[in-house]
Amino acid sequence: MTEANPTAREAVPAWRRVDVRSYGIIVSFLALFAALSLASDKFLTPRNLLNVLDQSAPVGIIACGVTLGIIAGVFDLSVGAIFAVAAVVACKVALVGNPWLGIAVGMLSGGVLGLLNAFLVNRVRINSFIATLASSIVFRGIAILVTGGMIVTVTDERFAVLGTRTLLGAKYSVWVYAVVILVTSFLLTRTTYGRYLYAVGGNPEAARLSGVRVEWVRGTAFVITGLCAGIAGVLAASRTSSAQPDLGVGLELSAIAASVVGGTSVMGGEGSVWRAVVGVLILAMIGNGFNLLGIDTIYQQIVQGLLIMFAVGADQLLRRR
Amino acid sequence: MGRLGDPEPTVGGEGAAGPGRPLVEARELSKRFGGVQAVDRVSVAVRPGQVLGLVGENGAGKSTLAKMIGGVHAPDGGELLVDGAPVRFRGPRDALAHGIATIAQELALVPARGVAENVFLGVEQARGGLVDPAAIRARFDRLNAATGFGLDPEARVGRLRVAEQQKVEILRAMARNARLILMDEPTASLTADETDRLLRIIRRLAAGGTAVVLVSHFLDEVLSVADEVAIMRDGRLVRTAPAAAETEQSLVLGMIGRSLEREAPLRPPDPAGNPVVLEATGLTRRGAIHDVSLAIRAGEVLGLAGLVGSGRTEIARAIFGADPIERGEVRIDGRPVRVRTPREASDAGIAMLPESRKEQGLVMTRSVRENTTLAALGALARGGVVDQRRERAAAEREVRRLGVRAASVEAPVQSLSGGNQQKVLFGKWLLRQPRVLIADEPTRGVDVGAKRQIHELLAQLAAGGMAILLISSEIEEVLGLSHRILVLRGGRVVAELAGEGATKEQVMQAAFQSVRDGAERRAG
Repeated sequence: MTEANPTAREAVPAWRRVDVRSYGIIVSFLALFAALSLASDKFLTPRNLLNVLDQSAPVGIIACGVTLGIIAGVFDLSVGAIFAVAAVVACKVALVGNPWLGIAVGMLSGGVLGLLNAFLVNRVRINSFIATLASSIVFRGIAILVTGGMIVTVTDERFAVLGTRTLLGAKYSVWVYAVVILVTSFLLTRTTYGRYLYAVGGNPEAARLSGVRVEWVRGTAFVITGLCAGIAGVLAASRTSSAQPDLGVGLELSAIAASVVGGTSVMGGEGSVWRAVVGVLILAMIGNGFNLLGIDTIYQQIVQGLLIMFAVGADQLLRRR
Repeated sequence: MGRLGDPEPTVGGEGAAGPGRPLVEARELSKRFGGVQAVDRVSVAVRPGQVLGLVGENGAGKSTLAKMIGGVHAPDGGELLVDGAPVRFRGPRDALAHGIATIAQELALVPARGVAENVFLGVEQARGGLVDPAAIRARFDRLNAATGFGLDPEARVGRLRVAEQQKVEILRAMARNARLILMDEPTASLTADETDRLLRIIRRLAAGGTAVVLVSHFLDEVLSVADEVAIMRDGRLVRTAPAAAETEQSLVLGMIGRSLEREAPLRPPDPAGNPVVLEATGLTRRGAIHDVSLAIRAGEVLGLAGLVGSGRTEIARAIFGADPIERGEVRIDGRPVRVRTPREASDAGIAMLPESRKEQGLVMTRSVRENTTLAALGALARGGVVDQRRERAAAEREVRRLGVRAASVEAPVQSLSGGNQQKVLFGKWLLRQPRVLIADEPTRGVDVGAKRQIHELLAQLAAGGMAILLISSEIEEVLGLSHRILVLRGGRVVAELAGEGATKEQVMQAAFQSVRDGAERRAG
């Protein structure tokens, strides 16, 4: 129930399903936000909040794609590696050619690798977990191959625009993040494709018998996820004007964790982009809060882990009701 | 592949059917599932070395009764006695501890492991957690020799054919010293030859003092191997009689009962003279259906009757493109159409309500609206973007037309009753205005009121010119609605009856008719 629909109110006077899970995540978010605002006077400043957004943009962009996949019942464990490939490809192309071309090719390389995942899962029929686990190793290898294992640095300043310059007070990367959220959210809530994602994840056989092309829907989800990882990788490269092949290790798990904290069901068929983004922000705020309060980062990991367990446990409990 | 050396059939061997204390006795056992009384105060008894046949229509309660004896279901009422003492099983394990083993329709083996390992799984008699392969092997050889199965102990179970896997299950039961083996439709997936062998094994087990309860649709098999036959109908025991006193005819009569009170038939107007809409010729899918042809006119209801596993659903799925077929052609309005996928079939104007609405029909976690419009979403969207107002209006129109009772179209479909879920499934396909509607078990698990409404809906759709293929395990349903009825057995059409005037007995005789020739009984 993401949109308020006036005609819906008329048709459903008394009864309206309160989605406990979307409600719960908002409560957690606000509680954390309030707690951090009270605990540190540096938290509630535009500069810090924009910083949190900027810091979380890469994982957030990936989480948008990953969420579409999980809703459709597939997991992509290769997004961290795609992120690295996109970053190094962008830098390499920027070095030999034009920086804008580097940015475009870097982003698109993510989509191409996503297509490869789609092929593995649909044509070779490997379980998405295993297929993308294997492809992530290959992709990471490609990143090493492209760079020879070294850091690639771009000197052309135009390359750094996306990751460092600001527009209306926010970095370009934050704007890109916002666009990705809007586009993926629109896809999921307003298009036939989005509806098919839910159907395919909720009951693939019913979807197939309803005339939905299950493989096409899942394959496209991989391409979109790859594209998101590509965009995120390019943003990261642009931020430091450099890239190395071991970028984004473990990023896939952060993205999946954020999505699940946001209430995406690992069983497929349920979830939303905006809730996944709230999940990303919660995890990012925890990190930010620990920094501001000067607490050892070791505890940060413990808290993040516990939070994920709590979120998944709550998901199970609510499902059983 | 070992042959049984001189099996020496000993039907009702020494003391088998004679007097003496029953090994297992069911007294007035009852079981209810939701609103359905699956088993109603049934009493049966089995003595050591006796083979008891259990027969009845689909849904008569035979499997449920067997599952209560096997500890799978706990009875709601009545008593189960083993060796004269009352027992309460909390699971199949408890039953096994009392010497009762079940060989289910779906075999429960570990496919990736070897035969011997499966046979002794859980009863390895390990010492300090260490399994002694030599001891296992010796025990296996003894069992293998006793049965004459000749199974390779190292063979991977997953690679064996179903018949061989059943032998593994039987050995497994024997390794646990089973005194009663329950077999639920053990021959359903066997060839005639394999069936014969299994029947010999059953006789041999009985001769050795093991009791067997055999649930089967194949009356000839039951009559040839059982000492006594218990007939069930609508959850009740009709009678138990010595097999020698029964014939196939008498069993069928017992299964369907004499009084046939029917609801007023709803058969839509006679479609004779209307053009043929759907024509399927020579549909063949290995192991499922063989050379099936059918044609349905506009406004005609064609019923498919037959036992579970006779190929009814497989025909529906072949026409709808849900399963690949090896041969066959589908025509709509005389023009050949490609139906390799459900998408192609629905684009050609065919709709199918699948057998299981939960597994195949609905996305249970999504709303009534999303489920209703899923198959017609393309028409409710522009450039891939769903027109939400039109979508909602379409869903609400169907919900109103079909009388779906839901809090709103936004309610998750899993919150609805079975009958209302089924109506949502109808709505989903009616939105597409199909030329042909295939309804596979459209009233399964719905209450009486909803059932009547669904019947009326089907009649109304046919009267409006839709061609309907109706599949149901409930023969009354097929009889009441169909203009013509095709009876299937073993993946083939074995009889065609006019709906008007056809009797349940005719259908059942055709469906159960024993065929000694296995090649004809089972396709492929």
